[in-house]
Amino acid sequence: MGKINDRSRDIGEFIPKEGDERLVCRCEEITQGEIRQAVHDGMFTITEIRRYLRAGMGLCQGQTCSKLVKSIVARELKVSPAELEPATSRAPMRPIEMHIFAKEADDNE
Amino acid sequence: MNNHADVIIVGAGVIGCAAAYYLAKAGSSVIVLEGSDHIGNGGSSRNGGGVRQSGRDPRELPLAIYGIQTLWPTLSEELEVDCEYHQDGNLRLGKNEAHAKILTDLADRAIACGLDVRIIDGEEVRQMNPYLSQEVTVASWCPTDGHANPLTTTLGYYKMARRMGVRFLTGEKAVQLRTIRGKLRQVMTEQNVYEGDQVLLAAGLHSRALAGTVGIDIPMTTSLLEALVTEAQPHLFDQMLGTAEADFYGHQTKHGSFVFGGSSGLEPYNKDNGTPVTSSITAPCICRGIIKYFPDLKDAKIVRTWAGWSDKSADGVPVLGAVEEVPGLYLACAFTGHGFGISPAVGEQLAKLMLTGKTDVDLSPLHYDRFKAKI
Repeated sequence: MGKINDRSRDIGEFIPKEGDERLVCRCEEITQGEIRQAVHDGMFTITEIRRYLRAGMGLCQGQTCSKLVKSIVARELKVSPAELEPATSRAPMRPIEMHIFAKEADDNE
Repeated sequence: MNNHADVIIVGAGVIGCAAAYYLAKAGSSVIVLEGSDHIGNGGSSRNGGGVRQSGRDPRELPLAIYGIQTLWPTLSEELEVDCEYHQDGNLRLGKNEAHAKILTDLADRAIACGLDVRIIDGEEVRQMNPYLSQEVTVASWCPTDGHANPLTTTLGYYKMARRMGVRFLTGEKAVQLRTIRGKLRQVMTEQNVYEGDQVLLAAGLHSRALAGTVGIDIPMTTSLLEALVTEAQPHLFDQMLGTAEADFYGHQTKHGSFVFGGSSGLEPYNKDNGTPVTSSITAPCICRGIIKYFPDLKDAKIVRTWAGWSDKSADGVPVLGAVEEVPGLYLACAFTGHGFGISPAVGEQLAKLMLTGKTDVDLSPLHYDRFKAKI
């Protein structure tokens, strides 16, 4: 559990900037500008960004973009990236077909 | 820091966020206290997204109907977020005579409440959803049911409430309620005291311990649920799905992924390390179940699994409304795993109750004082 996070604290206005159209999450095609805007909509944690925009929810589950997303959010909040918890990693480690996953109960698997 | 507002809400799940939004819209000042680090981190982000009337207990069915008729159709516009609301019906599937009886009993109860539900055979089911296997021989069909995205809906309510001046604090866990001169006035957290004229407890399971600090007990327990998500698939169907035994449910999202919930049967005995965790045996079991219903999905890849706790009430329906014994206290908890679909209605009606003392939907069957011993 982290410290108290006041979601009404002043983080300044959202000002469009260079690179906002750049894709950050390639799986879900989420741009830097969308991530920055989401922070100004109140999404102050990586978990919320993920649930709000789907950044890091695609095929790679954030293995490619999570550090980039974190640095963008941190800069927008004017905090160190180290203060932001990463989103929860969820099983399975790699995408796996249902019919293969389903064999878990077979004795000879 | 001003720690006073007209209303203090404990819990920033979809219920707390929705109530905050409707209260702020009516002009109230609101502070929302959330114990976890994230908005909507409990059941609000850990449910199947059903917006259902069919299969509901008659005591909560009026809330479901009210929400679907008056709030859901315009919610995306109102919250300026895509709630991904689909009203394309709910199929509750059965495979045998016992299932047919469960479905018929559920349908009869809903019809008595005025809902359009009917029983259809396997052939008609496959006309609506040709991907279902021959194992499905019967289903209930409710054309006005549907599904939505719980994540964007919850965060949409939060975003709009925050924009209207509601103060949200995460990582601020309430530990005690306190009355002053017979009225509930204060919510104490580990470090601070917040004061309001009214307090809404919408803290899921944690509501029980908090209500207990002013002498109110709500009989509820935890129930673990698990779900899995596939990679994006070509569009197959838009209905919400469930089963007679309530062992499997889900839908295809706008994104293309399927979200399916299910169980291994061992959930009550899973390890509990203080956070809801998936068990290695459950997702494969759900996969086996899905493949029986949808053989075509056998090659779809699972990208993610998750678990959550629901706050299960002793009689299967939530506890909602004012607590007469503690003036100023309002409850919204014990949703028992089906709170998301009724969350807009609950938020709006509770806001109305707190502002005017009246509601459009009768909440009295959901009163906290209803629990009695069996003999």
